[in-house]
Amino acid sequence: MNLSYLSKKLSHSIITLFIVITINFFLFRVIPGDPFAMIAKAGNLSAEYKEELSTLYGFNGSLPIQYVKYLRQLFTFDFGLSFKYRKPVLEILGNRLMATLLLAFFAQLFAIILGTVIGTLSAAFRGKKIDVAALGFALFIYAIPAFWLGIVLLSFFSVKLGILPLNGMVVAGLSHPTTWAYIKDVVHHLVLPVFSMGLAICGGYAIIMRGSLLDVLTEDYITTARAKGLKRKDIVIKHALPNAMLPMVTIIAINLGFMVSGAIQTETVFSWPGIGRLVYEALMARDYPVLQGAFLIISLTVIIANFIADILYGYLDPRIKYE
Amino acid sequence: MSSNINRKKVMKKGIIRFIDIFKENKMGVLGFYIIVFFLLVAFVGPLIYSYNPQEFAKGGLIAPPTKEFPLGTDDMGRSILGALIYGAKVSLMIGIFATLISVFIGTFIGIVSGFAGGKFDSVLMRITDGFMVLPKLPLIMILAALLGSSTRNIIIVIGLTGWTGTTRLVRSQTLSVKQRPFIERAVSVGAGKGYIMFRHILPNVFPLVFSNTILVAAGAILTETTLSFLGLGNPLVPSWGQILRGAFTSGAVSIGAWWYFVPAGLCVILLVLGFTLLGYSFDEILNPKLRRY
Amino acid sequence: MKNENILEVSNLKTYFKIKEGTVKAVDGISFSLKKGESLGLVGESGCGKTTTALSIIKLLADNGYIEDGKILFKDKDITKMTESEMLPIRWKDISIIFQGSMNALNPVMRVSDQIVEAIQLHENISDKEARERVTKLLELVNLDTGLIDSYPHEFSGGMRQRAMITMALACNPGLIIGDEPTTALDLMVQAQIIDLINDLRKKLDTSMIIITHDLSIITEICDRIAVMYAGKIAEIGTVQDVIFNYKHPYTEKLIKAFPNIYGEREMVESIPGFPPNLLDPQKGCLFADRCHKKIGEICEKVDPNLIKVGGKNHMVACHLWEGKDE
Repeated sequence: MNLSYLSKKLSHSIITLFIVITINFFLFRVIPGDPFAMIAKAGNLSAEYKEELSTLYGFNGSLPIQYVKYLRQLFTFDFGLSFKYRKPVLEILGNRLMATLLLAFFAQLFAIILGTVIGTLSAAFRGKKIDVAALGFALFIYAIPAFWLGIVLLSFFSVKLGILPLNGMVVAGLSHPTTWAYIKDVVHHLVLPVFSMGLAICGGYAIIMRGSLLDVLTEDYITTARAKGLKRKDIVIKHALPNAMLPMVTIIAINLGFMVSGAIQTETVFSWPGIGRLVYEALMARDYPVLQGAFLIISLTVIIANFIADILYGYLDPRIKYE
Repeated sequence: MSSNINRKKVMKKGIIRFIDIFKENKMGVLGFYIIVFFLLVAFVGPLIYSYNPQEFAKGGLIAPPTKEFPLGTDDMGRSILGALIYGAKVSLMIGIFATLISVFIGTFIGIVSGFAGGKFDSVLMRITDGFMVLPKLPLIMILAALLGSSTRNIIIVIGLTGWTGTTRLVRSQTLSVKQRPFIERAVSVGAGKGYIMFRHILPNVFPLVFSNTILVAAGAILTETTLSFLGLGNPLVPSWGQILRGAFTSGAVSIGAWWYFVPAGLCVILLVLGFTLLGYSFDEILNPKLRRY
Repeated sequence: MKNENILEVSNLKTYFKIKEGTVKAVDGISFSLKKGESLGLVGESGCGKTTTALSIIKLLADNGYIEDGKILFKDKDITKMTESEMLPIRWKDISIIFQGSMNALNPVMRVSDQIVEAIQLHENISDKEARERVTKLLELVNLDTGLIDSYPHEFSGGMRQRAMITMALACNPGLIIGDEPTTALDLMVQAQIIDLINDLRKKLDTSMIIITHDLSIITEICDRIAVMYAGKIAEIGTVQDVIFNYKHPYTEKLIKAFPNIYGEREMVESIPGFPPNLLDPQKGCLFADRCHKKIGEICEKVDPNLIKVGGKNHMVACHLWEGKDE
């Protein structure tokens, strides 16, 4: 894959990262209200203490100076201290991030596979009953709020049927004798959230896949393939799909923000200890350092994922490979 | 001004033809009727069925449906059917107003950036990319929490975060319209930039913007519902999302009180579906590649 | 084969269903093609040339259908064949070269793989043998065989068209249809492709149908010409007969519309009026309202049939020549 494409995408990512960092910085500085309201819950703070806190959390000095300090801190991976837990933000983020990545990875995989199949069926059999059913299903799923799907599945499988756990990543307080027992417990808890989140986001993918495939099927090389005497099934699988998947890669990347939204909702409903739920908790607790750190990490993950998607696209599309 | 009269005639003819084609599109017609249904529920419903969110304990708490309360009661003893009817207007209005803000911003930036081109366009698009990458829900949550949960703020927050898609779309349309000869003619005749953008580019970009707007509205309604569910909405205003929040926090889920959360969810799904069907039907009609015979 | 005609089209009618009604794109055309012969199909846009070609390989759009008529290929009636019966015939017996658009070849597949695919669909030969044949064919069309594994976007327009021709020849079909094979190319490349086609005509005995709106190409690479107008054949005969001894007023106008680089400098004539509406065709001859040699009411009331007018199987559908036929 050629270097100029790679470096262009890399520089693009870095610039975007800087923009995100800057937005992140300003987000928490230009808000009205007292950032220390949380800490000051137990009575009024003295002016000196406030001064100390300000310095500790980087709130004093003029805005440009704060910005520089902020950047310097980021470079040393110092995300500050949590208001609520008084622990380094980075530590809190670390654990949560793992949990979310686990959930998001499998949910995304499930959504992409299901979405691709539904979208392909809909486009390949356009106008027939399969298309109506598939498209209808996709549009319906797309309209369902991720949290609602979670609630409904939870009430059915966990409450009514009782076959899947109600919340958490593992059974609370249980100590696992072996690693295998631990893995089994996690998987047991993972099933419903993955299914819920995967289902919630597959609708969008199905619709995009359908659109992409419909576009491809109008291209001249499909007519050539038909003229060669290929069966319809082979035309779709060997000629149309490889071309239709290309824009999918890009769009999956763009929709990663969508996945974050899904994660926040799913984690809240299922009490999954991930970074999505952390955002919610930190918000409720007005724990700004954690919020800022979480926001940055989430954005960074999305930027990295976009970059990987760009590389993948460059690798798959021969028109870019050899330019 | 004969050119103005001709313009109107051509537009009218175009709209009539569009409506003719639209009537054949089953998906679009279905979406249209769904939206009309909810508009009726939102504006005519309250006149028929009275509901007051301030009156508590009219029925039992989280009680199952009875004749008096066809959809049961919530955790404060209020009729859920009533909450649904009154919530319709809130969910619709917030969604629509937020959408108008998003589309206005998006169209404006899209046209200006696309038309201006060059460094200005590059910089603007880089910033837009930056915004696109920002995870939308956390951003909205943070802004909502910081600014306060009044209905007006919710609308502004959703509106201010939903413009990136529209911008990209409008910009690429603008770029292709910019190439057309009549633009060059207008410039050579001495038309000002603002005039060209408003009088020439905007009308050509408008049909696409229209179908995009409907899809943005679908997303805005979903976002408001999610925000309210997460507790960042205005608790005094009974949107469907608020009903769902009540269901979740009161533990109705764990006791299987389906009447509390299923109908509200179905309403959201149906309304969003309505907008999505309508929006995609417009896309099908206006996009020649997707057109059927 | 029983007779020497590889293709016989009798009274072919291909219609398209649209919301407003039925479009009679091809409304009763008949012609035959001998083995090794090359027929040019010429006419304005929308006269039905491409539809005729697509009807022969049964690749019409979803709303198109053959309403009536017979198409005999090597004495087999293919009009009534189902899609699965057509599959083995496509490419192996009849192949088609489309206009050389950017996307006539699959952009994510190597050129070699696409041609090998065409071969292996119809013959049971190994990858190695198929590739060898592709290499030989590339030599035949003057393409550098080292480029065999390239992707389509790495080829220029002319090279892509040669690759398409290679693919069309791959299974040694009895009939090749070229749908505007040179239209998308610039003039220098057009000349090369025309030379290539003539070269192939000499070397192989493949029959050809060349569809184009460009008369100058027809004269160079075809034995016979059929002039189509509004879904019907106006005139058909050898190149000599049709070009130098035209009988139909439309043919006359068509020929006069082409500037002659050698002759005197004359004003190029155009044909007044618009092509007819095939959704609701009027009665009588469809060229009547644009015809400068109309002879009267009969032209507006009666649709003329093809009649012989001498020469080598020279036929014309025009009331002017009725009674003068042989």
